Amino acid sequence: MRSLYRTVHRGDLRDVLALASAVGVVGASFGALAAAADVPVALTVALSTLVFAGGAQFLVVTVVTAGGGAVAAVVAGLLLNARHLPFGLAMAGTVADRWPARLLGAHLLLDESVAFARARGTGRRARTAFWLCGGLQFVFWNVGTVAGMLAGAAVPDPDAFGVDAAFPAGLLALLLPALRRADARRVGLAAAAVALVATPVLPAGLPVLAGLLGLAAAGGPAGDRGTR
Amino acid sequence: MTGATTGALNWPAVLALAAGTYLLRLAGLALRGRLRVPERAERYLDLGATALLVALVATAALTDGAGFAGWARAGGVAVGALAAWRRAPFVLVVVLAAAVTALLRLLGVP
Repeated sequence: MRSLYRTVHRGDLRDVLALASAVGVVGASFGALAAAADVPVALTVALSTLVFAGGAQFLVVTVVTAGGGAVAAVVAGLLLNARHLPFGLAMAGTVADRWPARLLGAHLLLDESVAFARARGTGRRARTAFWLCGGLQFVFWNVGTVAGMLAGAAVPDPDAFGVDAAFPAGLLALLLPALRRADARRVGLAAAAVALVATPVLPAGLPVLAGLLGLAAAGGPAGDRGTR
Repeated sequence: MTGATTGALNWPAVLALAAGTYLLRLAGLALRGRLRVPERAERYLDLGATALLVALVATAALTDGAGFAGWARAGGVAVGALAAWRRAPFVLVVVLAAAVTALLRLLGVP
């Protein structure tokens, strides 16, 4: 931990804290939603600590509250989380070199930690950014969940603060350096188009996965044709 | 609400979701450690992560469920994107996007 602390870039810590604060607010709204849906406290805590995937957690509680069965809820949640497999393939070198660390790092594989690490390249700084982002998000998400359960209906709707816009904007800011490569830009545009077209017709999670079809726009090897 | 629906979210369901999610997260890391990935495939893995993240940004910015997320969110993200493109600090991008969306909602924009 000491070596991690020493290698943390101060700017990276500030950026991660900005995102983690937003995560805490959403965590509180999850806790409040689960409490309102009469999900037992222990189950809610288990969702936030063991599943630790915001989108899937909201989805299962919503499906169950709407009268859907547990199996349907779990399948929908797993579908939403399927993107973590290709994330893992791409991030293995950044997360860890050894096994025990990989087992822990897997649990911290999140959209935000992946995006943060990638925005910091592939070296030591990227690895630190990954663990810092994943670790702080875990803390903020779980503290937020418990606070939300306790406050219940007193938790305001995070949409009133525009938190739902903060996440895509933050992720996009992290992605911009990668998108300076021409092949990445082509793939990104195609992926966004496919995902948006697929959203009205496919269940949650699949449109984002369908974005992988954007790889067809990768074109020739290397991004050296890009404008840097 | 009947007992069947309130009881639907139970320990087996939560543990199955947790185990499945963890295995999905671990599978990629584990596979990559075992496979010797040729350089060309490596480029696709890298671009694949970009594709997923951009697809995630696009759907999170513009859609909610199966429909349009509304102009308030889209407007906030657009302002944040512009700020990011102009190389504004990350914190400012995040705060601007949220503030613009919140303001638009306050003004009654859906």
